[in-house]
Amino acid sequence: MSKSKKKSLKKIKGFSIQFLPYSKIRNLDSNERVKKILKIILGNNILILQGKLRPEEETRLIGDTMAMIGHIKNFSGVELAVISGNDKQGFFEKMRNSVVSIITQGDLGAITIIGPATIVKEIKRNPEKIELMLS
Amino acid sequence: MAIRIFRNFFKKIFTNLFKNKKDIKLGFYGPPNSGKTSLVNRICKDFTDEEIGSVSKIPHETRSVQFKEKVEISHKGKSMIFKMIDTPGIATKIDYEDFLKYKLKKKQARDRAKEATQGIIESIKWLDDMDMVVIVLDSTENPYNQVNITIIGNLVARKIPVLIVANKVDLKKSDLKKIEAAFPEYETIGISAKYGDNLEEFYESVFKLSKKV
Repeated sequence: MSKSKKKSLKKIKGFSIQFLPYSKIRNLDSNERVKKILKIILGNNILILQGKLRPEEETRLIGDTMAMIGHIKNFSGVELAVISGNDKQGFFEKMRNSVVSIITQGDLGAITIIGPATIVKEIKRNPEKIELMLS
Repeated sequence: MAIRIFRNFFKKIFTNLFKNKKDIKLGFYGPPNSGKTSLVNRICKDFTDEEIGSVSKIPHETRSVQFKEKVEISHKGKSMIFKMIDTPGIATKIDYEDFLKYKLKKKQARDRAKEATQGIIESIKWLDDMDMVVIVLDSTENPYNQVNITIIGNLVARKIPVLIVANKVDLKKSDLKKIEAAFPEYETIGISAKYGDNLEEFYESVFKLSKKV
């Protein structure tokens, strides 16, 4: 890709937080999901997604992000965190939530936060809280 | 019908015979600078007298997948042959300016960043090819990092056995309990790749895990 044809992120004059309900990606395939998410991120938005991606979609997101670095001006990657309420569940709670996840085709008990690294410097996470450190 | 059953029986036996003879592909995954190459170097030096790659304080020193074939690990009278696969550290962001802090020139920093992005893509592609994986974490860092969770999630989805290694236990800031608490479903071994501390326990766990392959 030549330099003149490089896409560019607009100079950051601010950012917005966009919420994406799971219903908006439920019927998309993995490729389309990742594309949709990256499109939102490249618009200088911090995305809050209801639910979470599948592990292979997360790695695909990382892979596609890496492929974009160097080709899109001012883009150096993403910060990503998933908060799931399922971490310390017992067997029956896990079973119940698995059934709900199958019916709804997604883990709606989770929230995924993704932002461009130019805006979100770091997402600090521990079992009790999550902190977004902005640039 | 009887011939088909007979044929399938022998096919199964022969397949298993050859499967058992294949070296186990042992991958080392983790975030950048957690000490993957240091650990693989330590193992390779112990059993082959050669190292696999260079190490550095600058993140993303390993920028392409490195192999060492036919590494025979011996432990307590048992031995197994592994193909060691050292992978570039996986990250979600790479900014060449971060490398400038390590006194690299701008061009060197840009090149390193470019190669590091390609290395991460390569690491991800290799996930499918592993027989078992050692996740190497820096025990002085917060383990609740999405990259760690994503890698483990992918390995679980692919039914690849996982062992977690908490490296750098020789450092004061090291917190092994925090790593164990973050991943309670997996066996976690605290080691120091730099000084070779607790490697006997590590080999023991590798042998134990290899039974699941």
